[in-house]
Amino acid sequence: MTPFDYARPTDLAEALRMGAAAGAAYLGGGTNIVDLMRERLAQPSALVDVSTLPATIAETDGGGLMIGAAVRNTALAEHPVVRSRYPVLARAILAGASAQIRNMATVGGNVLQRTRCTYFYDAEGSSCNKRAPGQGCDAVGGFNRIHAVLGTSDACVATHPSDMCVALAALDAIVHIDGPLGQRTMPFGDLHRLPGDQPDRDTVLAPGDLIVAIELPPLRFGASSTYRKVRDRASYAFALISVAAAVEMDGDRIGDVRIAFGGVAPKPWRALTAEAALRGGPATAQAFRDAAAAEFADARVLRDNSFKPVLASRTLAAVLGTLTTGEAA
Amino acid sequence: MSLIVNGTEVAPPADPRVSLLDHLREGLHLPGTKKGCNQGACGACTVLVDGDRILSCLALAVQYDGRRITTIEGLADDDALHPLQTAFIEHDGFQCGYCTPGQICSAIGMAAEARRGVPSVLTGDLSADITLTREEIQERMSGNLCRCGAHNGIINAIRATVAAEVAA
Ligand SMILES: Cc1cc2nc3c(=O)[nH]c(=O)nc-3n(C[C@H](O)[C@H](O)[C@H](O)COP(=O)(O)OP(=O)(O)OC[C@H]3O[C@@H](n4cnc5c(N)ncnc54)[C@H](O)[C@@H]3O)c2cc1C
Ligand code: FES
Ligand code: FES
Repeated sequence: MTPFDYARPTDLAEALRMGAAAGAAYLGGGTNIVDLMRERLAQPSALVDVSTLPATIAETDGGGLMIGAAVRNTALAEHPVVRSRYPVLARAILAGASAQIRNMATVGGNVLQRTRCTYFYDAEGSSCNKRAPGQGCDAVGGFNRIHAVLGTSDACVATHPSDMCVALAALDAIVHIDGPLGQRTMPFGDLHRLPGDQPDRDTVLAPGDLIVAIELPPLRFGASSTYRKVRDRASYAFALISVAAAVEMDGDRIGDVRIAFGGVAPKPWRALTAEAALRGGPATAQAFRDAAAAEFADARVLRDNSFKPVLASRTLAAVLGTLTTGEAA
Repeated sequence: MSLIVNGTEVAPPADPRVSLLDHLREGLHLPGTKKGCNQGACGACTVLVDGDRILSCLALAVQYDGRRITTIEGLADDDALHPLQTAFIEHDGFQCGYCTPGQICSAIGMAAEARRGVPSVLTGDLSADITLTREEIQERMSGNLCRCGAHNGIINAIRATVAAEVAA
């Protein structure tokens, strides 16, 4: 690991000042960045520890939640309001990593964790445009069972690995940012970028930007939401496909619906096309499959991952069936 | 500032690169905590920090300044083993023993989580009290691998001790 200075600021202003220095990086629970630093995939000259900054989960006036970035993943999943009003978020967090990692991981760090593409991690033996721009991508023509089918480019097909973020995408979360450019907020869906020809940039954040909080707006039908993750072993594995969804019925029609997919794209994938196809229509297995087909119409499958649109469709049908009728469709 | 390891104040390492795991094993000569993968994937390095289970391999020791760390060496009461340690012997909860310190620390942390009402991905009703069924324990202990395949004994030992106390 390349040497670095460790600093523990005591308040936000000090953290921002330290984080603005060239070469500095913020430190949450360390569960991703420490690993990346050991592999020399990250080489900050200073780590600014933001994990001990005050972090609370507070109810907002409108009935939403303001979640401090340093809140640990476990603390968010066990929060009574999250469990009752946003079960999709509790379940997404609990589907990720292991209990030990969830106890360490912060909300800010989870959002900004990097891909688990094996070629990205293999600095000695593989080419990767995300790690070394211009080097080429060995995943496109390699073993790509875990890779993305939506939103990819010729330069990069890596997925965003977070489960929590899939729920945040479905919930229309708002990101509160502070940094050299000042305070600002942005829709969660605008935070992560698609790779295009710049796959080394995962997000639109500027150097020194700190995620201060994630806000959940109120969602009338949030209680009718869930998360389902399909993976190679029953626990402690990243998603092949995951679905976060919330549904509100209007009689026997779908009144409103929120859907996001994980494991399919370089960013948490909000499925606006599928949502539009379902809104106002019947809650039938056929409607669920048609909505998934519309969402994945532009999918670019690779040698080993052509199962993903099919698995995504079945997982969506199972989730929406369970939410609307109590049984997987 | 200092770390409090098994009740004793100790200095953090001078080099911030040192993980909590390496500091325990090499700096403080507490080799009970084990290094399996050193990348968060096996759970062998699990210790308790203020009662919460974490992975010491992904933890920078300096980050835990001021925190209370409990390792396998800190569980026994003088010569009297922790009940879960005894149960691991009685229920054949290990073969080579390499994963055992991590399994035991993890199970103690798991019981505390369950008592507090932390759900798991298997929990049906997110608002109900937690019942540590065999399946719930399997899921909650999935962060601890055992290459010898002693999982059935491990779960039996947990059910006979710390999990039983959660239900009570
Ligand atoms: C074995 C293993 C299995 C895993 N399985 C899963 C899984 O199944 N599903 C899943 O979703 N995740 C999984 N994870 C990933 C885990 O969820 C992440 O490592 C964790 O959420 C990162 O949070 P952290 O606080 O530790 O981040 P850190 O490692 O501390 O930081 C990550 C990044 O975020 C930056 N950062 C941190 N906080 C802020 C902030 N407030 N503002 C700006 N930048 C910030 C850091 O500079 C760094 O670049 C797994 C990890 C491991 C090791
Ligand atoms: S050594 Fe820490 S998880 Fe394997
Ligand atoms: S007892 Fe050998 S690894 Fe578990």
